[in-house]
Amino acid sequence: MARIRDLAVICRSKNANPFALTLDMVFPDKETFEKVRSSGVICKELISRLYSVAESDVLLVEFPPANAIKATIPRLHGSGAVEDSDVYGAQQHGPLMDVDIPD
Amino acid sequence: MSDQELRIVAPTAIVGYGFQESSLERVLQKNPHLIACDGGSTDPGPNYLGMGKAFVGRDAAKRDLSLMLQAAVDRQIPMVVGTSGGAGADAHLQWTREIVEEIARENNLDFKMALIHAEQSKEYVSKKLADGKVQPIWPLGPLDPKAVDRSTNIVGMAGVEPYIEALGGGAQVILCGRSDDAAIFAALPIKEEFDPALGWVAGKLLECGAACAVPRQKFGNEGITVTIREDHILVEPNHPGLTCTPLSVSTFFLHENETPLYHTEPSGVLDLTKLDCQAVDERTVKITGAQFHPTDKYTIRLEGVELVGYRCICVSYTRDPVLVQSIDSYLDAVRALVVKRVDGMGVPAEDYKLVFRVIGKNAVMGEREPVKEVLTHELGIIMEAVAPTQDLANEILGLARQAGKNLHYEGKLCDEGCITYPYSPSDIPAGPVYEYNMLHAVEPDSPLEMFPIEYVTV
Repeated sequence: MARIRDLAVICRSKNANPFALTLDMVFPDKETFEKVRSSGVICKELISRLYSVAESDVLLVEFPPANAIKATIPRLHGSGAVEDSDVYGAQQHGPLMDVDIPD
Repeated sequence: MSDQELRIVAPTAIVGYGFQESSLERVLQKNPHLIACDGGSTDPGPNYLGMGKAFVGRDAAKRDLSLMLQAAVDRQIPMVVGTSGGAGADAHLQWTREIVEEIARENNLDFKMALIHAEQSKEYVSKKLADGKVQPIWPLGPLDPKAVDRSTNIVGMAGVEPYIEALGGGAQVILCGRSDDAAIFAALPIKEEFDPALGWVAGKLLECGAACAVPRQKFGNEGITVTIREDHILVEPNHPGLTCTPLSVSTFFLHENETPLYHTEPSGVLDLTKLDCQAVDERTVKITGAQFHPTDKYTIRLEGVELVGYRCICVSYTRDPVLVQSIDSYLDAVRALVVKRVDGMGVPAEDYKLVFRVIGKNAVMGEREPVKEVLTHELGIIMEAVAPTQDLANEILGLARQAGKNLHYEGKLCDEGCITYPYSPSDIPAGPVYEYNMLHAVEPDSPLEMFPIEYVTV
C-alpha cells in the first residue's frame, strides 16, 4: 500500500470557476500513473464519499500527457460567499492525500 | 501574413506581480510582435468586482506597466492588457487607464490607445434573459431575474473579436475590461490567420506567466514567450533560471478548469485530446495536436456580484482542555444567546448572519470536513456577523464576543474568560460583503455588441 501523498508530485485543489472546485493529482511517470489508474481507487464514488457530494455531481477525467487525474465538484458555497471558507479553493485537497493505493 | 511566425511575450502572470527587468530585456532581443499581460482574475473573490478595487498595489501595477509600455513604444509593437485592474469593470479600466496616462506623461510617450469596456447593464442582461439568450454554466442553474436586479456590477468576458477590432483600428495600446484570459494573447495570431487552435493554446499558456515552467517555487512571478508557427507553437520561460518541460507544460493545462481536454471559448471549443508536448531543447517545448471546433452559438461569460451586507469579525481562541472538547455545544449556546438579544432589539434572525469559524476543527472544509473529532490542544474561533449596516454588524458581533467570553459551560473552571483575544480592539469592522450571483453564458447579437471601444490619443 502507498498513499497518494507518497506517490504524487502534485496533489492540489483550486477553483475551476467561482462555483466549482477542482482537485488535481499528478504522478511522476507513466508507471505510477498507470498503477494509480488501474487500481480503480480514484473513482467518482471515492470523491463522493470524501467530499460529501453526489456521485452524479463529480466530473472525473484522466489526462495522460500530464500523468494526471482530475476531479471537479460543485463548491458548497460560491467563492467568497458569507458561508464560504476557502475563497481560492486552494486547501481542499487534504482528504485525497491519505487515500491508499494497493500495490 | 507577413511573418512566418509570431512571437508573443507575457512578462508575468498578472500586471503588478513584478517580473525581473532583466528577464524582459532578454526576451526583447527576440523582437516580439506583441507584449501582453493578464490584469486580473476571479481568484481573490467577489469583493474586488463589487468594490471596483484592484487586488495589486498601484505602485506595483505602475512599475510593471512602465516596463511593458516603454518596451512596446520603443519597438512600435502593440501592448495589450486584459481584465484591467483586477476584475475588469469600468472602475478597474479607469484605474489602469490613469496609470498608463501617468506613465506616458512622465516619459514623454505618445501612442493611440483603445479602451474596451466590458461592464454590462442590468437592462441588457435582463433583456437577454427574457429573450432566452442566457444559459447557466455548470454547476449553476438558470439565472434568476431577481438576481440580475440585485446585482451591483456585471461584467462580460471579452473574446478575441474586440481586440482584433482595436488592433485593426490602429491602437498600439489596448486596455480591456473583463476578458477571456486567453483572448488577450490569441487575438493577434487569429487576426493574422494562424490556426485558431494554436492561438488559443498560446493564450492559455501566456495568461498565467511562468506557471507552465519549473521549478514553480522559483521566479513564480516571471513570464514566458510563445512562438506561433504554421502547425505548432514553442513555449519557453523568460527567466534563464526556469525551464519548460513536456510534463510542466502538460500539467499546466489542468490549471483552474474542470477538464484539461475541452476549453470553452466564446466562438468555439479548444480540444486538447490529441495534445502532444515534446522537448525541443533544455527549456523549450513544442506543442502540436490542438484542435479548435467552432460552435454555432457565440457566447460570452457573464460574472455578477451583489451586496449582501456588511461584516464585522473578531479573532479569538481557547486553550482550555474542557472547552476544546465541547466547542460545538458551547458555540450553539453563544448563538442562542445572541439570537435572543438581537431579537430583543427588533432585528429578525433572517436579517443577519452569525458565523463561527473554528480553526483546529473544520475551518478550512466546513461541512465537508471528513475528520469529525477535535485532535488539538487549542482552537481558534473567528466570530463574524454580516448585517444590512456596518453599525448593526458591529453591534451583533459585540454581543457575540461578550457572550463568548462569559458563557458558562459544563466543567468550566476558568471564570475570568473562556476564550481570549489577540487584539485590542478585538472587533474589526470589515466593510461591505459581496457575493457572486451570476456565472452564465449570454448570446450577444454580435461579438462586439457588449464591448464598446473608445479610442484615445495619449
